[in-house]
Amino acid sequence: MEQEKQGFLDFAYQLYKTMKTNEISLVYEGEVTQEITKTFTSLTEKSLSKNAESNTVQKKVFNVMVECLQNISKHADSLSDEEEERRGIVMVSKGDDSYNIITGNIIKNERVPGLKESLELINSLDKQGLSNLFKQQIKESTISEKGGAGLGLIDIAKKTGSKLSYQFKELNDQVSFFILTSTIKRNA
Amino acid sequence: MEVINIKGTDDTPNVILDKASGQFELSGRSLPEDVNQFYEQILDWIDEYAKDPLDRTEFNFKLEYFNTASSKIILDILLKFEEIVENGKEVIIKWHYHEDEEDMLEAGEEYADIVEIPFDYIVYTD
Repeated sequence: MEQEKQGFLDFAYQLYKTMKTNEISLVYEGEVTQEITKTFTSLTEKSLSKNAESNTVQKKVFNVMVECLQNISKHADSLSDEEEERRGIVMVSKGDDSYNIITGNIIKNERVPGLKESLELINSLDKQGLSNLFKQQIKESTISEKGGAGLGLIDIAKKTGSKLSYQFKELNDQVSFFILTSTIKRNA
Repeated sequence: MEVINIKGTDDTPNVILDKASGQFELSGRSLPEDVNQFYEQILDWIDEYAKDPLDRTEFNFKLEYFNTASSKIILDILLKFEEIVENGKEVIIKWHYHEDEEDMLEAGEEYADIVEIPFDYIVYTD
């Protein structure tokens, strides 16, 4: 019992140290709802403005967080079909010259190729190409029943001006874990 | 016509639609999770307005931030005003953006590329 307690304290301290070293300001694992989205974006907004980050960067970070979180709350799959919750991990870190927003969620394997294709297309385009794709998609897409317009990833790429960095880790023959890293340059 | 006057929250915009005083405005933040639910009454109001619009409609967009789900609805709103233009009335979109916010200016320019309505871009500082 004592040992277990000590183990937990060590873990908490290690976590604290890792977060400090990497300037991670937010880590979360759990259900992602609109309430969570609002809370996290407002927390991050406050901490950015405390750090005297430029308006432009603040807005971009806010923007990208909303799209990342709403992607999870609308599109994340679950480990099993009985589970209804849309869960994910969210992490915000500050580097010397950029902010990273890292999100991860479960996705059904059958949806991976389609998502990969969209990501590859987005990463192949320059600013003008992204703008054209956005205009084309916004005209053609009708709001899906979940309320998403499929525009989130294009928007993130447009606003960050960085390539989307992503990974799929296959968990079993049903589902994978999808990790997306969005980078916002601080001198933008 | 009834007046729509909705006060904004941290995830929904201020909306003023007032035919009698000629005020048409969408401002603040728009990132509701269920955009359709929020905007339904607004789209309905515009449909009604389009049946007998003013000779000149000036619509102010002064958005600080909107999510991509809202961006689709904003296009729907603009398309309704485009029809009013096609029916021979004048419509002007006043697109306000903060001086630090080139992204918001670009968003306006993208809409202007899609719809046939004149846009005025107005920069503000604070």
